[in-house]
Amino acid sequence: MDRNNLISVEGLARRFPGAGGDDPVTVFDDLWFAAAKGEFVCLIGHSGCGKSTILNILAGIDRPTEGTVIVDGKEVTGPSLDRAVVFQGHALMPWMTTMGNIAFAVRSRWPRWPRSKIRDHCQAYIDMVHLTGSENKKPAQLSGGMRQRVGIARALAIEPRIMLLDEPFSALDALTRGALQDELLDICAKTRQTTFMITHDIDEALLLADRILLMTNGPKARIAEIVVNTLPKGRTRSEFHRHANYYPLRNHLIDFLVSRSEALRELVAGVDPRKPPAVFPRAEEPGQPPAVIADATA
Amino acid sequence: MEESKSRHALALSALLLALFLGGWQLAISGGGGPVPDMDPEYAALMGDIAKGGSALPSPLDVAKEMWRHISDPFYDKGPNDKGIGIQLAYSLTRVLIGFLIATLVAIPLGFLIGMSPLFYRALDPFIQILKPISPLAWMPLALYTIKDSDISSVFVIFICSIWPMLMNTAFGVASVRRDWLNVAKTLEVGRLRTAFRVILPAAAPTIMTGMRIALAIAWLVIVAAEMLVGGTGVGYFVWNEWNNLSITNIICAILFIGLVGMALDQALHGLSKLVTYTE
Repeated sequence: MDRNNLISVEGLARRFPGAGGDDPVTVFDDLWFAAAKGEFVCLIGHSGCGKSTILNILAGIDRPTEGTVIVDGKEVTGPSLDRAVVFQGHALMPWMTTMGNIAFAVRSRWPRWPRSKIRDHCQAYIDMVHLTGSENKKPAQLSGGMRQRVGIARALAIEPRIMLLDEPFSALDALTRGALQDELLDICAKTRQTTFMITHDIDEALLLADRILLMTNGPKARIAEIVVNTLPKGRTRSEFHRHANYYPLRNHLIDFLVSRSEALRELVAGVDPRKPPAVFPRAEEPGQPPAVIADATA
Repeated sequence: MEESKSRHALALSALLLALFLGGWQLAISGGGGPVPDMDPEYAALMGDIAKGGSALPSPLDVAKEMWRHISDPFYDKGPNDKGIGIQLAYSLTRVLIGFLIATLVAIPLGFLIGMSPLFYRALDPFIQILKPISPLAWMPLALYTIKDSDISSVFVIFICSIWPMLMNTAFGVASVRRDWLNVAKTLEVGRLRTAFRVILPAAAPTIMTGMRIALAIAWLVIVAAEMLVGGTGVGYFVWNEWNNLSITNIICAILFIGLVGMALDQALHGLSKLVTYTE
């Protein structure tokens, strides 16, 4: 594996004890992938392939049965302030205000900071996610989109090395989701934040991710292939679907989710799990092969 | 709309009260003639009943007596004749001391049980056996070991109010949303800070419900405990008036017990509003 990788997942497996003395159920097995500093990686797969479990293991909340996660050269043994999590159901404390929720995280990171410094720091992130004016509102007084914005601000405010997002926009309506994707894109471009996100929204992955990991169905899920986003950087939600590579990419991902995720379970049997194939779906041009298969870590 | 509804409810309440008072008045005034063949000595003992009247007072008698109690609640004419205010104060002091000690024991212990499945399993059999025991059953044991009737009744209040608070605290702590605990974990928040900043506020509404139930039970039990122990308190007052055969005073005391109980519950309800949150 490349030494420049910030996250390196090596041979990860998670098994749950079977019901009534049955054989243990292997949710996923022999998982290998990596993410470089500043990279945005998305994980797509059907329900039941253990996506959330993988994220929880990366966060240090759950432990793998086999394998290790190495972040910044160190094995993950538990939760860390270096890895911030944006939870699917926002997970804000309902008795705290917007400011209180973010300040709770900031004070955890810098316990010695004076009150005024914590306040200013929180305010900067509240402004960043466009929640200025809602500092003293409780989560119940905010809309779903605003709550998830607080969740993102809380994660960003502790200035983590890695941000982990577990289907953060899945509970939102399409318009709100779009607006939040734009903001996340903007923030990640500005801060060069290393981000790992779970989603099942193909357009979301194409807009945000540099690389998209495709998982086969569980049990015994594996990484089938790594799709490199061939859309140029600086994508915007209004323009990215006009690029020539958009439909080849999108079709590739839909094909995978609809039919190949099942079939690939047999296909991956022969593939070295340490080096899932990387694919570059793009518009066909004369004199160029349709989809180049290369080393995943190249 | 809402306002007119509450006005209707108020009118209905007043109507029901008027019906009740009217029925009461009717019931006691419609007495029969003198009881025939009654021993004259016994008739003298029985007073009005022998003449065909009722020992039950009319609503107006009770109202007059209530007013007498309210206008002079704190007089003290010896051990058998103290104002209702003094008696209620005795009872309230016992209830509040017993309840406070129970709170100090039940909430930390409930935290422990709620957070640790091991403690939950270890303590569960004891709690299951101790919980259904009538608090008054402890009284003889308390009197024998403590040798002080005042402290014994405080102990009885303690033992009856501890269970609802213990169970509710344990339940509230055990059912704190996993998401919130995971947030604390990923932020590397220490155990103590998690307990005070996440678990306590999350479980506070459930704990407050337990406290309300406990205080209501304590107020029920104190009357019975004071009837047993005697000396002071509103329970003793009721029993003393029964010995005096003053039904009027008994009815007054019943009303006062109800009013104070309602005030206690409202006070805790006000407190619980401070800690409730909407998700």
